[in-house]
Amino acid sequence: MSHHLVEAENLRHIYPDGTVALRDVSFRITHGESVAVIGANGAGKSTLLLHLNGYLAPTAGEVRIGDSSFTRKSLPEIRRRVGMVFQDPDDQLFMPTVYEDVAFGPMNLGLSASEVEARVQEALEQVGAEHLRERPPYRLSGGEKKRVAIATVLSMAPDILVMDEPTSGLDPFARRRLMELLKDFRHTKIFTSHDLDMVLELCERTIVLHDGEVRADGPTREIFRDDGLLAACRLEKPLSMQGCPVCGSSSEQTGNGG
Amino acid sequence: MASIEGTILDFRRLDQLATGGTSLHKIDARAKVLVALIFILSVVSFDRYALTALFPFFLYPAVVLALGNLPADYFVKKVALFLPFALAVGMLNPLFDREVMARIGPFDISGGWVSCASIVVRATLTISAALLLVGVTGFPEICRALERLGVPQTFAVQLLFLYRYIFVLTEEGARSSRARELRSFGGKGLGIKSYGSLVGHLLLRTWMRADRIHMAMLARGFTGEFHALQPSRFGGRELLYLLGWSALFIVLRLRNVPDLLGSLVTGAPR
Repeated sequence: MSHHLVEAENLRHIYPDGTVALRDVSFRITHGESVAVIGANGAGKSTLLLHLNGYLAPTAGEVRIGDSSFTRKSLPEIRRRVGMVFQDPDDQLFMPTVYEDVAFGPMNLGLSASEVEARVQEALEQVGAEHLRERPPYRLSGGEKKRVAIATVLSMAPDILVMDEPTSGLDPFARRRLMELLKDFRHTKIFTSHDLDMVLELCERTIVLHDGEVRADGPTREIFRDDGLLAACRLEKPLSMQGCPVCGSSSEQTGNGG
Repeated sequence: MASIEGTILDFRRLDQLATGGTSLHKIDARAKVLVALIFILSVVSFDRYALTALFPFFLYPAVVLALGNLPADYFVKKVALFLPFALAVGMLNPLFDREVMARIGPFDISGGWVSCASIVVRATLTISAALLLVGVTGFPEICRALERLGVPQTFAVQLLFLYRYIFVLTEEGARSSRARELRSFGGKGLGIKSYGSLVGHLLLRTWMRADRIHMAMLARGFTGEFHALQPSRFGGRELLYLLGWSALFIVLRLRNVPDLLGSLVTGAPR
């Protein structure tokens, strides 16, 4: 299943105004992995994500999806395989109805009407949003918007799911539902987030970016135990790994760490 | 700003109304768009002193309201919102055009008053026709109908996006304005200058959003072409609707029906 591979090699990106967003980023994510990319504001997370479907081109270095690197010819196929869910669902949902929005990708792929219908139905069912089919996007709640935004990507049958801040702006219940949903996906998953408790629950591996460089890359739990690293990268232990605020006992010892 | 925000958000209700299931809702959007267009053309093409001949045209909005099962009070309020603008356009006519056209008892009615009233009546007719069209069709459907009627796709898509993001933009503008208001402590704040940068920021934010939307479209394989979802049918029902109304409008346009009726009743020749 080598086409589920995501690989960055000495990736470097300098914006036209001279800002160095990524200095030297290398990693390799294999099939079925669930990986979090975390870091302070301005660490380069979003810039990195935009490289993964070829919206930005590296200044130096390379990104490979599966066996193919980015060329004009491979770009459409890579964009189908890498489903990108943006942070603000209002940017992602631009069609008049939920149905048309979810159908937008499959139609661009040139699928037949019946195939499009089947894909849309399946994607909406996967995120539990069939009942929203005919609704205009601006009439949805934040949680609904987020789930529909995910459906718009699922309908293209991606191998890799890339999400920028999936839980931002959601109430605790909607956040929980979204996490349950994401947990069930079999895709290779790459998230960026400041919601470190979510990271702890959903991602077995974490890449820490700091000043455009990979500062750490390893099992999530180990990374969150490294207080020095977290402090240096302007991060903090997930709440569920911190001591109980009332009795002071550490949840790690009681084994409730997520 | 808050009231403008409220007004625009209230327009969303039109969308809700457009999801109704009456037989009028089910007619193909192209027929409805064409009928509304012919209606508007007939109304605006009258002579500027035309007044009585316009009144039979109220039949169309009334029928659409009834058949579409739409709330009359909502539409009356929405049309009333626009009437001050029409009045502003016609207001000066009575000053410039003082030639007496009719007498009612001791009152002389000048041409200016007649043409001013004509403008207001026309505005009422055309605005209600447009709002009702949205109310029984829905704005996205209208855009699609326009496209199928031969309007360039770029234009139709622009309209569609305008409609989708006007709500987002209004909310953003309202938020900025509220933030400014809350920090100006009842006074004028920094006056008109602060509005300049407020509008500038709104423009930049819009720009950035457009960028992000484009990104989201590219990520889903957009190549510059919007694909039609399902072809709708322009059948006998649509043809009947189109021809029926058009014939009526043309007759009402060419013959002054109230005058004809009047002369029939009183027996006076015309």
